[in-house]
Amino acid sequence: MRNAFALEVTELAAKDERIVLLSGDIGNRLFDDYKALYPGRFLNTGVAEANMVSVAAGMALCGLRPVVYTITPFVTTRCLEQIRVDVCYQNLAVTLVGVGGGLSYASLGATHHSCEDLAFMRALPHMRVVCPGDAVEVRLALREALASETPVYIRLGKRGEPVIHEQTPEFEIGKGIVVRPGTDVCLLATGNMLPGAVRAADELAKSGISAQVVSFHTVKPLDGRLLGEVFSRYSAVVSVEEHSILGGLGGGIAEWLSDHPGQRARFRRIGTADTFMHDAGEQEYAREYFGLTPERIAEKARQLYQAADSGLRAQVRN
Amino acid sequence: MSHKAGTPHLGSSLSCVDILVAVYWGTLDIDPEKPQDPYRDRFILSKGHAASTLYATLAHRGFFPIEELRTFAEAGGKLAEQPSPGCMPGVEAATGSLGHGLSLGLGMALAGRIQGHSFRVFVAMSDGECNEGSVWEAAMFAPAHELDSVAVIIDYNKWQATGKSDDVMALRPLRQKWEAFGWSAYEVDGHDMGALVDAVRNVPDGSGKPVAIVAHTVKGKGISFMEDDNNWHYRSPDAGELQRAKAELGLS
Repeated sequence: MRNAFALEVTELAAKDERIVLLSGDIGNRLFDDYKALYPGRFLNTGVAEANMVSVAAGMALCGLRPVVYTITPFVTTRCLEQIRVDVCYQNLAVTLVGVGGGLSYASLGATHHSCEDLAFMRALPHMRVVCPGDAVEVRLALREALASETPVYIRLGKRGEPVIHEQTPEFEIGKGIVVRPGTDVCLLATGNMLPGAVRAADELAKSGISAQVVSFHTVKPLDGRLLGEVFSRYSAVVSVEEHSILGGLGGGIAEWLSDHPGQRARFRRIGTADTFMHDAGEQEYAREYFGLTPERIAEKARQLYQAADSGLRAQVRN
Repeated sequence: MSHKAGTPHLGSSLSCVDILVAVYWGTLDIDPEKPQDPYRDRFILSKGHAASTLYATLAHRGFFPIEELRTFAEAGGKLAEQPSPGCMPGVEAATGSLGHGLSLGLGMALAGRIQGHSFRVFVAMSDGECNEGSVWEAAMFAPAHELDSVAVIIDYNKWQATGKSDDVMALRPLRQKWEAFGWSAYEVDGHDMGALVDAVRNVPDGSGKPVAIVAHTVKGKGISFMEDDNNWHYRSPDAGELQRAKAELGLS
């Protein structure tokens, strides 16, 4: 996803002279092509994220389209007040891009995990929150963000994630994409959990459960039309995210459910628990720690489906 | 305005009146008829709590009718106690949370460089505002990019909300701090109009560095019973105090 971002921002900068890339002293060599082509529109703003975000806002006030890039916790929580006041309050065309979303940088410790960023960003007025599911979606999301007039937060994984979309899908911020059809349960996956959700669907198939997988890339605004469809069509709907079960995609859907009662489907959130991981370990270990492996996702989805199914049968009997 | 609306921060508003007058009448290249002119000089009041001074300045400079000032802090009105985004023509940024304005100004200056415009950016900050770490991020950033079209003016009235600004944090020596961060730093009497105008007209100053102007001011300046009395950070004058203040200023 990281390389897709670098390629896309370089291509977009060729077409739009308003685009400026600000990096918080990361991306060593990643932006060499960009820098060679547009040296005047690249800034290493140092390890000073509060200043970086406000500088971007100042640029946007003068009509530029700044893209602010650094590791996820540092482009979100570190400078949350600057995002809130300078970017969102003034409703400016600033695109924030976080690399290493969720547990991507698990081995660097919880300082570098970001399992709360979606909750913070979702709560900000005017902010749209997008977690592309693969490199293809990264490019499409960035393209749309930079064509818009309002703030967008794009949360990337790291590099080398599987590409899910073999062809360029119809993409629109705020509209989920069905990446795999299914009839029994629906997995709504956001960001770098999309490949895991597809593998979980494979697992479910082994036990005879047909799972639809949706790339629910936009966490705000939620795709209410799609939610309405899946909650009436399926008996079990599961959200999957590399983020706390509080306040992210699952939290958002739970809020949506409270505003839209009487849905057919039962719902379960799959994400990280409300805790910090203290252990050493890579992303794979961290996903096991938090129960985010394809097998565990499939197991939880199966339990929900079976409970929902027996509940429905009981209703029919009565 | 403070009396009618019952708003605080009068002392902070009075200490920077001369600074805004010097900037708006002494140097800014602006046209109140064209508040969105991309080539205009920018002024950001980073100490947003002195918004009444900004509003009064903009109104008297011709950006909007002076009568609008009567609506200051009225429910449903545009002139909030701290400036909201684009609330009135001439208001360049929404401020109120301290430590944002300088970085915003640096972004504007960089945008000007990228767009090939040669406008200047002035940012007025309070001394208490220098407590914020983001100010010093900005202070290190500007000289690295040789943003010599930027000037920060610090309204050094020696008080912050609940204490002496030199005691709450080790603010002294303030000019030398900016100098050490790579700025071309000056100290002026913030109520000497000639000195202030000279200082703001001298931006950029030819050094290739951004300019910091430490303006020594008096909180509550102009009203004898408010001067250097920090109670006026929060108080607003009652009817009797308003009359005394007006008499001192020679207003009817």
